[in-house]
Amino acid sequence: MPKLSPTMEEGQLSRWLKKEGDKVSMGEPLAEIDTDKATMEMQALSNGVLRKILINEGESAPLGHPIAIIGEPDEDISSLLTAGNGKSPQTSAAPAAEESESTAKQPDAPTSEASATARESQPARQSSRDDGRQLISPIAARMAAEAGVNLKSLQGSGPGGRIVKRDVEAAMAEKPAGVSTGPGLRAVGLIRPAGKGAVYGPSAYRDEPLSEMRRTIARRLVTSLGPVPHFFLTSQIDMERAADMRRAINELNPDIKLSINDIIIKGAAAALVEHPQVNASFQDKTVRYYEHADIGVAVATENGLIAPVVRAADVKSLLEIAGEVRELAERARARKLRPEEYTGATFSISNLGMFGIDEFTAVINPPEGAILAVGAMAPSPVVKENEVVIRQTMRVTMSCDHRVVDGATGAQFLQTFKQIMENPLYLFLS
Amino acid sequence: MGSQTTERREKSNTPAGGATGVLDAPPSALANQTSPQSPAIEEDRETLVKIFHLMLLVRRFEEKCAESYSLGKIGGFCHLYIGQEAVGVGAISALRPDDYVLTSYREHGQAIAKGISPEAVMAELYGKAGGCSKGKGGSMHLFDKRVNFLGGHAIVGGQIALATGVAFATKYQETDQVTLCFFGEAAVNQGAFHESLNMAQLWKLPCIYICENNRYGMGTSLARAMSFQNVAQKARAYELASEFVDGMDVLAMRQATRRAIKRAREDYLPTLIEARTYRYMGHSMSDPGNYRTRAEIEKYQERDPIRVFTATLKENGILTDKDIADIEAQVKLEVERAVRFAEESPEPDPSELYKDVYASP
Amino acid sequence: MAVMTMRDALNLALREELARDGSVFLMGEEVAEYQGAYKVTRGLLEAFGPKRVIDTPITELGFAGLGVGAAMVGLRPIIEFMTFNFSILATDQIINSAAKMLYMSGGQFKIPIVFRGPGGSAYQVSSQHSQALESWYAYFPGLKVVMPSTPADAKGLLKSAIRDDDPVIFIEQERMYGMKGEVPEDENFTIPLGVAEVKREGTDATIVARSVMVPVALKAAEALAKDGLSCEVIDPRTIRPLDINAIVESVRKTNRVVIAEESHPFAGVGAEISAEINERAFDYLDAPVKRVSGADVPMPYAKNLERLAIPDVEQVIAAVREVAYL
Repeated sequence: MPKLSPTMEEGQLSRWLKKEGDKVSMGEPLAEIDTDKATMEMQALSNGVLRKILINEGESAPLGHPIAIIGEPDEDISSLLTAGNGKSPQTSAAPAAEESESTAKQPDAPTSEASATARESQPARQSSRDDGRQLISPIAARMAAEAGVNLKSLQGSGPGGRIVKRDVEAAMAEKPAGVSTGPGLRAVGLIRPAGKGAVYGPSAYRDEPLSEMRRTIARRLVTSLGPVPHFFLTSQIDMERAADMRRAINELNPDIKLSINDIIIKGAAAALVEHPQVNASFQDKTVRYYEHADIGVAVATENGLIAPVVRAADVKSLLEIAGEVRELAERARARKLRPEEYTGATFSISNLGMFGIDEFTAVINPPEGAILAVGAMAPSPVVKENEVVIRQTMRVTMSCDHRVVDGATGAQFLQTFKQIMENPLYLFLS
Repeated sequence: MGSQTTERREKSNTPAGGATGVLDAPPSALANQTSPQSPAIEEDRETLVKIFHLMLLVRRFEEKCAESYSLGKIGGFCHLYIGQEAVGVGAISALRPDDYVLTSYREHGQAIAKGISPEAVMAELYGKAGGCSKGKGGSMHLFDKRVNFLGGHAIVGGQIALATGVAFATKYQETDQVTLCFFGEAAVNQGAFHESLNMAQLWKLPCIYICENNRYGMGTSLARAMSFQNVAQKARAYELASEFVDGMDVLAMRQATRRAIKRAREDYLPTLIEARTYRYMGHSMSDPGNYRTRAEIEKYQERDPIRVFTATLKENGILTDKDIADIEAQVKLEVERAVRFAEESPEPDPSELYKDVYASP
Repeated sequence: MAVMTMRDALNLALREELARDGSVFLMGEEVAEYQGAYKVTRGLLEAFGPKRVIDTPITELGFAGLGVGAAMVGLRPIIEFMTFNFSILATDQIINSAAKMLYMSGGQFKIPIVFRGPGGSAYQVSSQHSQALESWYAYFPGLKVVMPSTPADAKGLLKSAIRDDDPVIFIEQERMYGMKGEVPEDENFTIPLGVAEVKREGTDATIVARSVMVPVALKAAEALAKDGLSCEVIDPRTIRPLDINAIVESVRKTNRVVIAEESHPFAGVGAEISAEINERAFDYLDAPVKRVSGADVPMPYAKNLERLAIPDVEQVIAAVREVAYL
């Protein structure tokens, strides 16, 4: 049973796509597996014949447990059958176990000629990785910077996981031309332009060592409140203009189906650009600051909560976000999301407004630094220029990880967010 | 034990003693030639006055160097020539201007004798741009191409092979120039000495090797350093002509050198001259001189080359006391002029640092 | 063009330069009547006579110093060491006299001299007769160091060395004397000192090699090409002055570099080139600079041990694969 989601511990065999006796080739879909999050296709990891199915449709198996045997047509599989029916997940017939084992070993395997050198320098490389430092060759770093390749998304193929030239070249080949996002946070305006149809991986980030003060805050608050010490900030926002804008846009083009939530996503992303301290996560010894606002959007499905991620919402247009959210939500409900589509957000938004909730507090999805809980938009009395008027308002509550975000920092973010939401045309300035 | 050995060896090597009472003359039978004890004066008055003037200039120049060194004006090593003036001045006085001189690091006096101005020498010691090596060589590396002074060289014995090469070149070029090479007796123990003498005689090169035997290689006496202490006779190993000369007698030096020059100019033949002399000062300015006694130095100073030459000139009616006083006054001015020039000369431009490393970079 | 051995190419260069300039003379052990211990000087005594081609006693310090002295006053000596192993006896004159004379005389005395002879590894002559000394001489400002890798380079570079106004250490590889190649017969053919040559163009890795390691590097590049790896082989030809720009330019293109040398690794020329690359092309490196050097031991006699001490094609291939992460 292969690991198909970050949190998966066992999988349910939903459907076999091959039957016993069928020829299979590497990469070919073999079965559909239901994980805790989605239904995933499992691919064959070797060529051969599907000799024996060990787990039938509807049955579950723990990770690493054999689910079938692939071999030569005339190969003797009797010993494997005994092992496979037993408890050992480590038999050679288990493709998933085989895979995870070999990929784990690969980066350390020295070439025969260089073995002495490789072995000698292994401890140093190992320790540097323990430091959390990323190994990268100078030319790879330079090329990545020039081409805007996100190094953090790369897996190094050099010794000790060093990212080398060919890794960057491979990433450049995948990346559409004309899109550039330099590494590190840079000074940006409220809105950053996105290329039409740009595809984003998880956000780039930089890690800064914890200051002594930060470390003390983290230690003490964890003692008091558990691993992620939350605190909450609530703000009431006048949504009159946002509602008007949404209506106007949808009147111009009914196909867009822009929602208030889309505007909130974009507004939050814009505010995060202004307040990078909130677009951050606690990393044990460092605080990680992300370059982009990758916004997790909580979606209720009949199987429970899942939060697909809108990558780089800071550089995408409102309309792009609207389209992407709708598409992600649809696939979430159909359980067709890939793991990378619902992990690795830098900030999340949970909206229970459609259920008439006025305000609530949300639980942070670690290691994100904050989550915004959005209540229902409703008319309420507001004081404007010394007069009480009725306005469409909305209450939002931000949960912050106090190890990363302090009260004032969170408050300033919320203030910016409120300004943007109350003047949403700002989102079109660039 | 060392000093006892010294006594015994020196006694056993002193068969003649003669008029000097100090010099250790070699057994004459073994040397190809030995200089006469008191050479008859062959030179005209002008030459004699010029030689006297030069000796005095070198002496006063070196005394000024000692002073400037103690004032911190001169850096590094500074090897003084005081006591040995007769060797350099006497030998070089016998040369033509186009003859070559190569020597060791104790070369201020020889440089002046060959024609480098005291100004250019002093400026070099001061590390100034006006120095004869532009301030890059210092005390141990004085050079002047215009007067064919081919340098002070500071690895003991190194210049002996170089001088052999210069002599090789003059023969190759079929000129009648000769090459004079000075070195101390300690250099005689170096391979370069033996290798050079062998080649010089083998190929008949017009090189005159002058060993200034001042009896100490830095702090090590001759007796403690050399198994057979008769340098002149070492020439026999290579069938080289050689002479043993009283290095405190400037005219003896001059005349011995003239004989060697004749041999070199006319027959392309080399000569080894051993000049017995004595340095009054330490090996360098940083030498406390604990290896010898005050009495020993004073014994040699009785035959001070300038004192000996002054007496000769007066006895022969060539110079009066007044003449001598006039020359002293003139020399004083020359030394003062050299110091002033050195003081006023600018430091080398920093751009000089990377110049002269390659002729064609 | 004529095909000839490196021995004959060197002989031709000597012959042409002796004929061209009367101030050039050749001196060394067995250079004249014996016709050269390695026959490089064959026929020169006959052609130029005993004044110009001179046998010496075995007295390296002496005749090296003699050469420097002669150079001070206008001659252009070519001093042959029967092998560079014996130059060790002459280092005082080479380093203290030849290298420094121009500088310490304030620019007055240039030393146009060539010290030449075979150097590097030889076959089964053990520790004292089989060693690479270029890093010694290249260390000193004032000296130039040249190491040809082809017969044509040998001719062109030796002619330039003889015409050069500075002291040049010209190290011929004993094992390469019999190597054949095309050599321009033009008397005016020279190769300037200080100019590297790309011996093979490539894009994936640079091999910097000199002297006998150039053919080794070319063989390695040939083998690697079959695996789809394109190697550039660059020969500095002159160790000092070093054409570091050419090397850096190549490294900027390929991003990976192996330095192949038969000398000991410690404080060697390869270490210097590596340091220069690090300073000038760090941002272009995809892998650490890799050296392939002779073993860090005195040269052994036994054939099998000697083979282990001298870098071979396989070691160069392995090093290139390592920097290319293969």
